[in-house]
Amino acid sequence: MKTDAIIIGGGLMGSSTALQLAMRGVRCRILEKESPGRHASGVNAGGLRQLNRHPAEIPLTVEAARMWRDIESLLDSDCDARFPGQLRVAESAQDLELLEQRAALVRSLGYDHEEMIGRDELYQLVPALAPHCVGALICRQDGYARPFHALTAFRHKASSLGVEYHVKTIVDAIERERGNWRVTTRKGDFQAPVLVNCAGAWAGRIATSLGEPVPLKPGAPMMMVTERLPHFIDPVIGAASRKLSFKQMQNGTLLIGGAHMADLDFQQQSTQISWPKLALSARTVMALFPQLNDVRIVRTWAGIEAFMPDNLPVIGRSSSAEDAWHAFGFSAHGFQLSPVVGKILAELIVDGATSFPLEPFAISRFNQNQTG
Amino acid sequence: MNDHYRLVIIGAGPAGLAAATVAADHGVETALLDEQPAPGGQIFRAIESAPDKRARQLGPEYRRGEKLVSAFRHSSARYYPDTQVWSLSADREIGLNHRQQAQVISADQVLLANGAFERPVPFPGWTLPGVMNAGAGQILFKGSGIVPADGVVLAGSGPLLLLLAWQYLRAGVKVRAVLDTISRSNYLKALPWLPKALMVHHHITQGLRYQQTLRLAGVELHNGISDLQAHGSESLETISYRHKGSKHRLKTDSLLIHFGVIPNIHLSQAAGCNHYWHARQQCWRPELDLWGSSSIDGILVAGDGGGIGGARTAEHAGRIAAFQVLHNLGVISQRERDREAARDRKWMKADLRIRPFLEKLFSIPDSMLRIPHDNAIVCRCEEVTAGEIRSAIAEGHGDSNQVKFLTRCGMGPCQGRQCAQAVAQIVADKTSLPMKKSTQFRVRPPLKPLTLGQLASLYPDEPE
Amino acid sequence: MFKRLDESPRQTVTVIINGHHVVVPEGESVAAAVLAENIGFTRTTPVNNQPRAPFCMMGVCFDCLMVIDGVPNQQACMVQVRDGMRIERQHGSGV
Repeated sequence: MKTDAIIIGGGLMGSSTALQLAMRGVRCRILEKESPGRHASGVNAGGLRQLNRHPAEIPLTVEAARMWRDIESLLDSDCDARFPGQLRVAESAQDLELLEQRAALVRSLGYDHEEMIGRDELYQLVPALAPHCVGALICRQDGYARPFHALTAFRHKASSLGVEYHVKTIVDAIERERGNWRVTTRKGDFQAPVLVNCAGAWAGRIATSLGEPVPLKPGAPMMMVTERLPHFIDPVIGAASRKLSFKQMQNGTLLIGGAHMADLDFQQQSTQISWPKLALSARTVMALFPQLNDVRIVRTWAGIEAFMPDNLPVIGRSSSAEDAWHAFGFSAHGFQLSPVVGKILAELIVDGATSFPLEPFAISRFNQNQTG
Repeated sequence: MNDHYRLVIIGAGPAGLAAATVAADHGVETALLDEQPAPGGQIFRAIESAPDKRARQLGPEYRRGEKLVSAFRHSSARYYPDTQVWSLSADREIGLNHRQQAQVISADQVLLANGAFERPVPFPGWTLPGVMNAGAGQILFKGSGIVPADGVVLAGSGPLLLLLAWQYLRAGVKVRAVLDTISRSNYLKALPWLPKALMVHHHITQGLRYQQTLRLAGVELHNGISDLQAHGSESLETISYRHKGSKHRLKTDSLLIHFGVIPNIHLSQAAGCNHYWHARQQCWRPELDLWGSSSIDGILVAGDGGGIGGARTAEHAGRIAAFQVLHNLGVISQRERDREAARDRKWMKADLRIRPFLEKLFSIPDSMLRIPHDNAIVCRCEEVTAGEIRSAIAEGHGDSNQVKFLTRCGMGPCQGRQCAQAVAQIVADKTSLPMKKSTQFRVRPPLKPLTLGQLASLYPDEPE
Repeated sequence: MFKRLDESPRQTVTVIINGHHVVVPEGESVAAAVLAENIGFTRTTPVNNQPRAPFCMMGVCFDCLMVIDGVPNQQACMVQVRDGMRIERQHGSGV
């Protein structure tokens, strides 16, 4: 009977997993090397996006979306979530065709959350858009929340159910000892029968010490936030053939992303904005919203995230060790999935099985790629 | 503007001007970037255009700036006014807007001479129109000859308060009161730091002379005040404070406050230089060696931006740093550097001897810094109160950055310049940590406003 | 309230403050000009709609944000007056 779990990583995945385990009576201790939400979980774009996910993720994202719409009953907080929809805008006939193919694919898989809209409806929904666009792919139930507030809500709820957060606790070694995991940290040793690796960009190290190295690459996608503006746009905007994630937050600021990468020194945990690439990001925004020319950027940053070569996360049982599980590698699109990932891991750990198809996320897919 | 300079100096106050002159006179291609339209920094603001009468009212120290600016103008250093620096990296890439045009340049050596700004100390009502920094009053006076019309109250701590009161009197402004937070115990605490040199007496007698002049002119002078508050609905109407055990009120529409100055470390933080908390000066400072070299190769700091020392010290520090730059660039040998810097070193040492005493004398009471009223607005931009910050800490957000993430404190346009210290003080107080262990806000570019259009205009040939 | 000291005449420009034409000395900052004009508050805050006016006059507080020539969020203390310049109070986040 698995009554006790150690979870490495106090971000969204770790907190969501701990919460779901605690709801099932498992005692959880989270080992967090800095403070909860210090990295990817606290500084991402906050997108609640089902739109344009890899087919493998679709069953998960749809369930996660259902959970987000009712997040208050899970977390006692609505995380300031909003659901004005999300669009991928087509600027040419080529773009349109790509999007139509996507819509057809999703339908063929039995889902209806993505649909095409034409020019008229597009400009009804987004009057601020530059006039050259020809249509879009939309998910009407998509939206956004505030990531650090969501994480804080997960943390509070988990703590209220007895989850212990050990902060500034860096894991030094992990060993198997008489049917238990023994985790050595600078703040003391922890033991439990269950070990969960939710260590984000540092999950590769944990996987290595479990004997299953993975080709995880830390990366730092850049974000910008502007000054507050009067409200002028509802849905979140992406583009078919440009790197863009664009939304106006509840407080009027514009949050702009698009996965252009900063220069990252992973050892020092320091990022440096790449101005040439961020200039590209700015040009993308100007192409779709030229009226924003004089809007001032207040802050730029780049959170350290874990990227997998196939852009799919690792979710599921360890392939090399008993009673160990993983949830990492969300490649800049993990926020929305966090509630369901916790549920899946808890089902696996407590019930031994989950109803969600997890083969595409198995860590074993990397076993043949082990490098020395 | 070129893409590259051997030396880029940021800031045109005494440190920047002196350094630029030395470097350029030694043949080094030097660019001085200034966010103001004319040189002089804050202390010598508008010195090239101030009418004689106004310059006289401001006093003899102000005129010293004329020589500095003149020497700079006669040097071969390139001067770029109306230039805002919005990023500085450890490898000395500088993002800037020059007359609204964005550009990224690089330098072999960077000297930060950003000076200081007034320490923001939150108290209830300090955001009301009518409440301004004393330095703001001085800027209006120096730059435009604009002064309070219906009397003014000055409050806080520090030599600038008396100086401004004295300058106002000479200009015919009605100074109602000067309310000093210095208590008698400050004098006692400061005494051990009083150096025995002759130079010191100049500062002390100057201060006493100001006080005498003010008293004779009927100005109320109160020491040891506390619990300062500003009241009014749309703008300042009255102030209140505690003195000798009782509460007092004063009707005024103009309150100028001053709680000392602190180094402007935004750029040195952005570049990633190490900083430390200086307990006596009650501020963060960059770690610097004797030549002004920071913890990052090729980035130096001179003047108040490296630690408060005043205008004269800034001049010397600017020259000393310039000699180090010349040595770094291979223009002069180490011996020549030591020789050339010797005089400035001597004068700077003499100037600095008074500092520990002044710092102890004018130090702000811990209670004012650490424990603002719950309803005092700490983050002016996002209107976050001390009470909200304390709640966030109580909920487990135990450092400045976590507080920022939760409350938006420090996420407004000023990027935490006005609230960084106050937040760190509240966190230190509530988590029982000393300030030297407290965290600073992580500083991210752009440090000054950069529009999407300006950013979009950079690197037009960058491939998608 | 503020007033201008009696000084030797200088070059002037005409700006429009909240719709009123005002003659001000050339080279002055917008913040100084509006303070001398005593218009009271120069903006209301976006979060709680509170009145604010210039505070530091040197570009570090960002409290002096005004709408200048139709563009919001300009630091009035860092902008010099120009002939014909339109200067308006800023309400919240925009115009």
